[in-house]
Amino acid sequence: MTTETIIRVLAALLAPPLIGALCFGLDRKITARFQGRIGPPVWQPFYDVAKLWRKEPMVLNRVKTLYVYLHLAFMMMVMVLLVLGEDMLMVLFAHAFSSIALILGAMSVRSPYSRLGAMRKIMQMLAYEPVLVLMVVGIALDNASFSASDIWVRPQPLLYSLPLVFLAFFVAALIKLDKSPFDVATSHHAHQELVKGVTLEFSGPYLALIEITHFYETFLVLAVMAFFWITEPAVGVGLAAAGFLGLIVVDNISARLTTRSMVKIMWTVPLMLTIINILWLYR
Amino acid sequence: MDSLVKSPWVVHYNCNSCNGCDIEFLACLTPLYDAERFGILHVGNPKHADMLVVTGAVNHRNSRVLRRVYEQMPEPKVVVALGVCTATGGIFAEGYNVLGGIDRVIPVDVFVPGCPPRPEAMIDGIVAALSRLSAKGRGQEVGPAKKDRITYQRPSDPAAEGKDDAAHRP
Repeated sequence: MTTETIIRVLAALLAPPLIGALCFGLDRKITARFQGRIGPPVWQPFYDVAKLWRKEPMVLNRVKTLYVYLHLAFMMMVMVLLVLGEDMLMVLFAHAFSSIALILGAMSVRSPYSRLGAMRKIMQMLAYEPVLVLMVVGIALDNASFSASDIWVRPQPLLYSLPLVFLAFFVAALIKLDKSPFDVATSHHAHQELVKGVTLEFSGPYLALIEITHFYETFLVLAVMAFFWITEPAVGVGLAAAGFLGLIVVDNISARLTTRSMVKIMWTVPLMLTIINILWLYR
Repeated sequence: MDSLVKSPWVVHYNCNSCNGCDIEFLACLTPLYDAERFGILHVGNPKHADMLVVTGAVNHRNSRVLRRVYEQMPEPKVVVALGVCTATGGIFAEGYNVLGGIDRVIPVDVFVPGCPPRPEAMIDGIVAALSRLSAKGRGQEVGPAKKDRITYQRPSDPAAEGKDDAAHRP
């Protein structure tokens, strides 16, 4: 293990929550402007996490706290695997385990709302996982390799060969970042409603850990968007920024769907888009 | 810089209110008043909240629920009582089931007078509670809330007798 590897791993663990939190703060600001409000300062997510960290830890059972740590740990593992250029399927599995840890945590208490939230989270995973798997398969077929490091050395951007997959990933990202119309398990807007279920029983520092994991997720989604044009990093960052703005716009203009229609939509349009894209590549 | 002051998450409990205060409180969240610019979030879950906002007088049935909502909130926490009902029982004070102000059940940090208070007054009350929240976060003792001169005090209520500052009596 060289010094450079250690620095890269440290950067992969430290930078994403900061960038993710800043993006989330921008999200709240832009959303407020859409609604004709002033909105909270851009630093608000940092204040929120710092405050939650100072609150009294309320523990219902110890298993639940373990799952919160696993939720974060697997997400950190995703970052490390990506930055080390490991197998993308491995990244996908670690990412799924992160979500499953949260589901198990929400399931480990006897609160009915928490369990409903967990079930809705399962439906979300059911909806987006096929799209993500096919996205990785598409990238791998185009690259002739499953390694994340090989995306960096491509002659031309991924977007040229996988435009429909990018669109499908955009829809999956709506679920991943809990944006309307797919924010059925936890939402940034409807705090009083059933859709806040999955985080219901987590409070104080444990909720802060979930928030930090969400910052990692935000960064991950933006990074994957940037990967579609990583041959010129500046264009890639622009693509991610445009995609993020698109997510916020969709979040603000759409109403929430039911879990069932979410699965129906995800298993028809985005899944078909990815399949058509892969078929077109290998016609 | 105190992070507690920067992001007060509020949970709202309607004890026995006529909904006047509730509607005015919800108006605080509209684009016109935009409470979120102070980081105030209206969460529906006491376990996420730092601040309990109560409207309405407490009665025999809901005093237990109010206490339970309060106990479910993680420390440090503050209570903001909106409207006269939360202070004395208001126009419901003579009701056979009404216990009176919510300070008979849980400790209150700020009373916001009015029937109903204006949204500006409510946001003011929440901001006033923040200094007490910050003091509690540092482990300091905060005294009982100041109950301003209020329209009506139940005369036959022995528990309320002598509770108020005599200088504030009408």
